[in-house]
Amino acid sequence: MEQSDADLIAAVLKGETSCFEPLVTKYSPRLFAMARRYARRESEVQDVVQEIWVKAYQKLQSFRGDAPFEHWLMRLAVHTCYDFLRGHQRNRETTFSELSTAETDWLDHYVKDPAPATEDAAAARALLERVLAEMSPAARLVITLLEIEERSVKEIASLTGWSVALVKVRAFRARAEMRKKLAKIAREKYL
Amino acid sequence: MDLESLRTTLIDAGRKAPANAEVPYAFETRVMANLPKAPVQDLFSLWGTALWKGAAACAAITALTVALSLWSFHNGADSDDDTLDMVVLAGADQLTETW
Repeated sequence: MEQSDADLIAAVLKGETSCFEPLVTKYSPRLFAMARRYARRESEVQDVVQEIWVKAYQKLQSFRGDAPFEHWLMRLAVHTCYDFLRGHQRNRETTFSELSTAETDWLDHYVKDPAPATEDAAAARALLERVLAEMSPAARLVITLLEIEERSVKEIASLTGWSVALVKVRAFRARAEMRKKLAKIAREKYL
Repeated sequence: MDLESLRTTLIDAGRKAPANAEVPYAFETRVMANLPKAPVQDLFSLWGTALWKGAAACAAITALTVALSLWSFHNGADSDDDTLDMVVLAGADQLTETW
């Protein structure tokens, strides 16, 4: 019979470290899905997820059981991913000439006719990834959570520890920052 | 070029892409091998515990000092007062002798 999260956590806190492994097995897919939105290289993704688990193990005593373990873990994961972004912040900007052929073609198609351009989704995602990589950590986090993962403002506030008003302000600034980055890329050829 | 429309199109493309939730082989083993020996208490709780222990020690010392002063007050208050008078008025006595 499968043990509940609460039973496993209680056993870990009593010193049975091996009971932590079923939790790792159960929740790692969700953590990898989240980490891959912020880290590009697979080695970085694995390091981020491992850091989340080590932190979860170290802070397990602070888990009170008021909310499901998954919520507590996802808050920890968001904070770790945010720390990762802050530690790997890039301060350079891509120009149009640095785009790959697929990305350039996608933009060309988009300028001519925005509707069919959505067909080549891989190039669009690559361009999106390029733009997000250049954004500030807070802007990238809020755009990913709010617009790509489609979480509510309240949920983001709970995950990040920011107030609802701060999430709204950061979302507004993030959208403006993203438009600015896109303008920088496109200025050479289209604007 | 409508930048907001371009931005929305890119976000839509990102939203439609399923998040890759694949876990590398034997990742659990790697995590378990890298865990610390035991869950470590955070620094704030350690500091809080030390603070309470320090507060208890301070309270004990205070109680002991109060008890000692009360005991000495009841057992030798007069002699202490005489000693204090002698020390304070010693200068005045010497002054009188000089004259």
